[in-house]
Amino acid sequence: MVGTLAVLAILGFVILPAVVVTLAAFNDKAILAFPPETWSWRWFATALAYDDFRSGCVNGLIVAGWASSIALLVGTAFAFALDRYAFPLKRTIEAVLLSSLVVPHFTIGLGFLILAAQIGWARGFAVVVACHVVLVLPFVLRSVYVSLRNLDQRLELAAASLGASPARVLGTVTLPLLVPGLVGGWLLAAILSFNEFTASLFVTAQRTQTLPVAMYNYVREYADPSMAALSVMYILATATLLTVANAYLGLGKVLNVEPRR
Amino acid sequence: MKPQPFLRIFVSPAALCALGFLAAMATVLQYSLRAYVPGSLDVGGFTLDNFTALLRPLYARVFLDTVWICFLTAACTLIVAYPVAYALVHAQNRLIKAAILVIAVTPLFLGEVVRTYSWIVVLGNNGFINSVLLKLGLIDRPLQIMFTTFAVVTALVHVTLPVMVIMLAAALAHIDPAYERAAQSLGAGPIRAFLSVTLPLSTPGIIAGVATAFAWTFSAFATPQLIGGGQVNMISNLVYQLGLASFNFPFAASLSVAGLALTFAVLSLLRVAARPLERFGPH
Repeated sequence: MVGTLAVLAILGFVILPAVVVTLAAFNDKAILAFPPETWSWRWFATALAYDDFRSGCVNGLIVAGWASSIALLVGTAFAFALDRYAFPLKRTIEAVLLSSLVVPHFTIGLGFLILAAQIGWARGFAVVVACHVVLVLPFVLRSVYVSLRNLDQRLELAAASLGASPARVLGTVTLPLLVPGLVGGWLLAAILSFNEFTASLFVTAQRTQTLPVAMYNYVREYADPSMAALSVMYILATATLLTVANAYLGLGKVLNVEPRR
Repeated sequence: MKPQPFLRIFVSPAALCALGFLAAMATVLQYSLRAYVPGSLDVGGFTLDNFTALLRPLYARVFLDTVWICFLTAACTLIVAYPVAYALVHAQNRLIKAAILVIAVTPLFLGEVVRTYSWIVVLGNNGFINSVLLKLGLIDRPLQIMFTTFAVVTALVHVTLPVMVIMLAAALAHIDPAYERAAQSLGAGPIRAFLSVTLPLSTPGIIAGVATAFAWTFSAFATPQLIGGGQVNMISNLVYQLGLASFNFPFAASLSVAGLALTFAVLSLLRVAARPLERFGPH
C-alpha cells in the first residue's frame, strides 16, 4: 500500500512539469498565473507563426532524417558483421562507436566544431549530420543487434541450401525478418537526433539551427507562454510516437525489461 | 573459416564513422595542449598552461560543484527509481505495466530544452509551486527555488530517472522470483526477503544505473545553464562560455579533457567500491 502510493507520487513527479506547462500554455495573459484566470489558444498560434521555430523544425527534420537514415544503414551493416563475422579491429571499432554514449555531448560538440572549423565545414549541415550520426549510432547498433541475435539462423540456412545466393538470402530472408528492429532503431535514432540539444548548440550555425537550439535561444530572450504552447505540442508528439512504438514494437522488449518467463 | 560475403562493404562505413569520431576527440586533445591566441581561431604552440590554469580556485570550485551535483543526482535518482522499476517488473496487469513504462521513460524523449523550460515554469518565482503555496497561505512571499543547487538537482533527477528505471528493471526482470519465494518460505518477512535476496541480486543494475546517471548528469548543459542561471555552474557551462562566447577553444578543450578524465576516474572508483557488493550478485 505504502509502496503503491510511493510509486504514484514518483510518477506524479515525472509528469508534473508536463501538466504544469500545459496549464501555462492555455493561459491568456503573458505572465504566468496558476490557475490561469482566462484561457486561450493564442500562444499556440504565436508559436506556430514564429519564424525561428518554423525553420528550426524544418532544419531538425532534415538533420534527423539524414542522420537516422545514415545511422540505420551503417549500424545495420555493422551489427550484421559484428554478429556473424570475424575481422581485425572488430572490438576496437565497436568500442569506439559505443563510447559516444559516455563522452559528454558538449565534448563531442566541441570536437566536431573545432574539426569543422579547421576544414571549413562550420556553416553547413554536413557537420551537424555527421555529429548526430555518431551520437545515435549506438542506439541503432543495439536495436539491430538484439533482433539479429533473436533471429532463427536456420531460415537463412534453408534458403541457402535451396540455392539462394548470399545477396538473395540477405534481401529475402534476413532483412525482412529484421524489419521490427530496423524500424525501432530508426525511430529511436530520429527522435534522439530531433531532440539533441547540447551537441547541436555547438555545431549549428544561424542557418542550420535545429528546433531545440531555437527554443533555447527563445527561452533566454523571452518569457511569454508561446514556448509553453510549443512544449505542449512537443510533448504530445513524443507521447504519441512512444505509444505507437510501444504498441507495435514492444518497448519492453527493445529495452529488455520484460520479466524472465 | 566460413565465407564472409560483403565483409568490407559492411564494416568500412562503420570504421569511417569511428575514425571521424576519433578525429574529433583527437582534435579536442590536441587543442587542449595549444596556446590561445586572443581574437583568432588559430592556435599557438604546444603548452601545458591550459591545464595549470585549471588549478585556479575559480575553476577548481566548478569541478568540485560538478562532482557534488553528479553524486547528489545519481543517489537521489537511485532512491526514486527503485520503487518504479520494482513496480514495472512486478505489475500483473499489462495496461498498468505499459502505463508505468510510458510515463517513466517520457522525460527521456522530451528533449533537454522542453524539460528544462517546464521545470522553470514549475519552480519559478511566479511558477506553479510558489503559486500553490501562496494560495494555500503557507508562505507570504515567493520562495527563491530557481538558481539553487536543489532546483538543478531536482530537474536533473527527472532526466536520469528513465534510464535508471530501465537499467534497474532489466536487472530485476532477470531475477528468478522463486528466490524471493524461497526466502519467504524459510521464514523471512517480505522486507527481509527483499533486503537479503532481491536487493543484492540487483546490484549489477544499481551499479550500471548509478554510473550512467553520473555520466549523464556530468553531460547536462541546458539544465544547469537555465535553472542554475549563473549561480550554479557545471563544467559544461564553462566549456560553452569559453568555446562559443570567447572562442577560447584551447582552454575549453582542456576543460573537456580534464572533465572526461574526472568522469572516468569517478566511474572506475565506483566500480572498485562496488566490487565487495558484487560478490553477492549472480555469477
